[in-house]
Amino acid sequence: MMSNEAVKQTPPRRFQLPLQIRVEPRLEVPRWLSPVVSLGAIIVALLIGALILAIVGGNPFQAYAHIAKAAFGSLGVLSDTLVKATPLILTGLACAVAFRMKLWNIGAEGQFYMGALGASVVVLTGIVPEEASRFVTVGAMLIAGVVFGALWGFIPGWLKARMKVNEIITTLMLNYIAISLTNYFIFGVWSEGGFQMSHTFQRSAWLPRLSDYAEQAPILRGLTTHFGLVFALVAAVIVGYVLYRSIWGYEIRLIGDNPRAAEYAGINITRNTVLVMMFSGALAGLGGMSEIGGVVHRLQAAISPGYGFTGIIIAWLAKLNPIVVVPVAVLFGGLILAGREIQPAGIPRLIQGIILFMLIASDVLLRYRIRIVRRAERV
Amino acid sequence: MDPIIILHAGVATGTVLLFATIGEIFAERAGVLNLGLEGMMLIGAMSAFAVTVQTGNGGLGLLVAMLAAGILSLLHGLVTIHFQADQVVSGLALTFLGVGLSLVLGEGLSSAGAIALLPTYTIPVLSSIPFLGPILFTEQSVMVYVGYILIPLSWFYINHTRFGLHLRAVGENPTAADAMGVNVYRLRYIYVFVGGTLAGLAGGTISLAISPGWFSELTTGGMGWIAIGLVIFAQWNPWRAAFGSYAFGALRRTILDIQGPQMILGLRNPFFFNPYYGFFLQMLPFAFTIIVLIIGSREALRKRLGAPAALGLPYIRGERGL
Amino acid sequence: MVQADNLVEMRGIVKMFPGVLANDKVDFELRRGEIHALLGENGAGKSTLMSVLAGLYKPEAGTIFVDGKPADFNSPKDAIAMGLGMIHQHFTLINSHTVTENILLGLDDPRFLMRLHRYDKKMETLGEKFGLQVTPAAKIWQLSVGEQQRVEILKMLYRGVRVLIMDEPTSVLAPQEIEELFKTLRSMTVDGRSIVFISHKLNEVMSIADRITVLRQGKVTAAGIPTATTSKSELANLMVGRKVLFQLDKTAKEPGDVVLELRDVSSLNDKGLPALRNVNLKVRSGEIVGVAGVAGNGQTELGQVVTGLRRCTAGKILVNGEDVTNKPARVPIDSGVAHVPEDRTHVGTAPNLTITDNVIMKSYREPPLAKGSSLDHVAARERAEQLKDEYTILAPTVDTQVRMLSGGNLQRVILARELSTQPVLLVAMQPTRGLDVGAIEGVQRLLLKQREAGAAILLVSEELEEVFTLSDRIAVMYEGEIVGDGVEADAQKVGLLMTGGKKSSLEGTAS
Repeated sequence: MMSNEAVKQTPPRRFQLPLQIRVEPRLEVPRWLSPVVSLGAIIVALLIGALILAIVGGNPFQAYAHIAKAAFGSLGVLSDTLVKATPLILTGLACAVAFRMKLWNIGAEGQFYMGALGASVVVLTGIVPEEASRFVTVGAMLIAGVVFGALWGFIPGWLKARMKVNEIITTLMLNYIAISLTNYFIFGVWSEGGFQMSHTFQRSAWLPRLSDYAEQAPILRGLTTHFGLVFALVAAVIVGYVLYRSIWGYEIRLIGDNPRAAEYAGINITRNTVLVMMFSGALAGLGGMSEIGGVVHRLQAAISPGYGFTGIIIAWLAKLNPIVVVPVAVLFGGLILAGREIQPAGIPRLIQGIILFMLIASDVLLRYRIRIVRRAERV
Repeated sequence: MDPIIILHAGVATGTVLLFATIGEIFAERAGVLNLGLEGMMLIGAMSAFAVTVQTGNGGLGLLVAMLAAGILSLLHGLVTIHFQADQVVSGLALTFLGVGLSLVLGEGLSSAGAIALLPTYTIPVLSSIPFLGPILFTEQSVMVYVGYILIPLSWFYINHTRFGLHLRAVGENPTAADAMGVNVYRLRYIYVFVGGTLAGLAGGTISLAISPGWFSELTTGGMGWIAIGLVIFAQWNPWRAAFGSYAFGALRRTILDIQGPQMILGLRNPFFFNPYYGFFLQMLPFAFTIIVLIIGSREALRKRLGAPAALGLPYIRGERGL
Repeated sequence: MVQADNLVEMRGIVKMFPGVLANDKVDFELRRGEIHALLGENGAGKSTLMSVLAGLYKPEAGTIFVDGKPADFNSPKDAIAMGLGMIHQHFTLINSHTVTENILLGLDDPRFLMRLHRYDKKMETLGEKFGLQVTPAAKIWQLSVGEQQRVEILKMLYRGVRVLIMDEPTSVLAPQEIEELFKTLRSMTVDGRSIVFISHKLNEVMSIADRITVLRQGKVTAAGIPTATTSKSELANLMVGRKVLFQLDKTAKEPGDVVLELRDVSSLNDKGLPALRNVNLKVRSGEIVGVAGVAGNGQTELGQVVTGLRRCTAGKILVNGEDVTNKPARVPIDSGVAHVPEDRTHVGTAPNLTITDNVIMKSYREPPLAKGSSLDHVAARERAEQLKDEYTILAPTVDTQVRMLSGGNLQRVILARELSTQPVLLVAMQPTRGLDVGAIEGVQRLLLKQREAGAAILLVSEELEEVFTLSDRIAVMYEGEIVGDGVEADAQKVGLLMTGGKKSSLEGTAS
């Protein structure tokens, strides 16, 4: 063993504080930490947004107060918020489903447009006769919207599954292609009188709204919330069931965590990649159909102020949980609604970006913790 | 539909893609995927234009553009390198940030009377070379010539210098590089920054030279995303990146020109007679990007080559050793 | 005072990781020109200690002296500058770069331009000088594992290290290659260099080392004992705390019908090169067939083709008479094939999912866990609890994420999953790699239990001892072929086959 001979020589000490800050990985993540960190991230993001607003010359307090009032202040605006939230719930679900399998579907925007296109095709090309009942018409629009959206998800899904083509770029490119395609139909085929939109759909193609029942219940007067919200909520429940209770959901989670282990367990990754992308596309397509049938009642340019992209942030904020997507989508719906009136026009987008950034940056707090320890004595 | 004109414009527009693509090649070779190019380019375009309009100094505008984009990309670096967040989502957040920021700060920038704020040059002897001369060396913006120099320079740097060796090592096997004393974190930050500055340069090139002015989001029109696709097509090689970029530039010009003449090759030009077919033309660059990606992916599978092995993965100095 | 002939001294080293005290006030001395073995079982803290010395980790406490002067390393670069270099178990090489590029990585020379031709010559000369031939322009992925190890050593020698630390260098070598390595190491010490040899293998340590330090659970149980003065059993006791290594009860058994049959199976590896060449093999029920071989001779691919994770280019694979060649992985699984993979973390488990999720990976499609299209979570949890007890998986709950588990517990999760399905065929690939003695014993007992129950077991292991102890029949793989089937449990003979010597040529050692 070591012999302690003579005097131990200690090297001259550099000046060091007696305390030391150490960052170490966490072994366990307490349940409460995650929502608290997310909340903190949002608050910090809002503060930064306020700062930028102030620099640019706006009044942040006024702006935020205005947002709160304009989004949730009365029954009327609350109803409008829900209208904005409806497509967001669906695109949020679309992104959540895909992200669970680590499929980066950035194409919810394009799938949304395709869904709208599909619904319009059914009505405008007379596939469903004008005299058909609302049930049949809306039903056909629903199917078309879902199918077109699923198709737009199938393409990048198949390319990824068969040829390992990066889905981030393919879904993105398909966004632009979908918008161009839709524009062609709007301007070149269905445009009437040179306007940038098709003619308004017949009433049987309109989704019912709360205000339709204003006669029976006067309180519902002027409320624009429409049946699409029901579609969205049902979709949320279905996605919840699939992800958490079904066998397929287990497979999706397994593939997302470790594709090689999933393969080893005998799961067909190729088939699931395609199916999940189609499912995701279908959800976004449903969103497009709901917007067409419930809000604008015709096909027009720019039906989406970026619902597909906001869906990404919603999914991330909801931690890919389909039930949580609903309240988060309502929040963002309010932001978009009220944000229309804020100058400069880029502010809502900027704030969304800051929120997403803060969210992913804050994730680090869930994986590591900071400890202050007494610096250990050296021999 | 003059081929010389198309190729000439192709080189010009392609230069924008070239800068962005080569910048991203540097970042990805170091192992960091930066999807925020569209946002970086937009910030670059806006700040270059704003500064140059104010000060009249194009060079200063470009410098500010590069710095602004570079600093923003460092945020992405911080979050992915030190905080080990997912590189894909962080890149997307960066895009939102860049787009939003440039829209907000660029509010009120008027494009009135926007002309090219950077000089164009014709190189005396070289411009007389038949066919290539009028395309490459005649009446091209100074940025195009900068592009010409950047290609061989970056290729040489990556493949034939010690720094290039370290760059490649960090992207292939950061554990090995770390064990040999290469500072993985520091190099990744540096090359993320380089990628950002080049993207900013690309944006500045648009707003000062190629399509002068500020048109909010339309300024970049998706070119940032196309650049990311081109990186894969280029197999992370600057020469192939140049080929791809210039080809895309030519494609864009072709799309514009093809709607002009009544007859093409003796046939009635459908794009002339039905202007709405123009929407399909608009799709072409994006459809081509998908095709180019498919080609790149299949080649990678075939040659068993491909991306830098550690691309997209955060490097954590081993805690448990294994 | 630091002893004069101590090249390196480590005093009171404490190194902690979250939840683990890897080194508990460890002292270590290294003399000039000696080969000093650091012995201990897996997880004892040997690699950690040397990683501290090599500058990879900073200790919580303790000091290091090199040549009598205190040393404070902030990175591996500092350690190498002081002449200390470490070769890790997992090589730190860039696969797509050449040998020369790898050796030059991290150095300040050449300053700017990489004139590889000049340096290629240098590397060749260096290789010849130390008897470590390499082809400088070859890319790492083209080299065999043994050749790669040579590159690692040259990397250190090029940097002029005086202390070479090698972490479990022999796990990838055949017996003859091990002899070669030992020769090289001994010749290096003649110049005054010192070697630290980390290992858990008693035989090798006794054969190569001048002195031995033994670690057990982070503490030193014997420091710098001269090899001549000790014995295997004493070392085993110091290593494990028990006098005698465990005995396994293996009853003689008549193997039953053929369960697994490979007929002329050929396959390619990931690089597109032939990995399996006309392999013929049979495994019967109640029989353990042990496949010995140096890593990289096709064993991995063998396991993969049987379990449906790799395509065969030719041949047939039959499980209980059923043709499962090139069928998707589901088919062998449904036919009762269990697979304990080589790679626990990247293939065998899903790290961020819970123990429950991991343990049902093979059985979730059937009742009682499946109810129509839904997964019965309650039943799944019950099953997981049951298996957790049965296989003594140490973890807070079945909801713990699997990445938190130690190697041994991870393997228990995998075994619980695979063995609980009463497989007819078990493919066990390197099942005890990286485990401590207690875990190894547990795994081997489980394998024998399955054998009792009538399962056919295909065992692939790099530990010759293990193959000898467990197998009813031994086969040897070399370059994708079965070069010996039913060979004697003799290290010399098997070692010869492992390196390509055919059964007939038994003169001397193959080069």
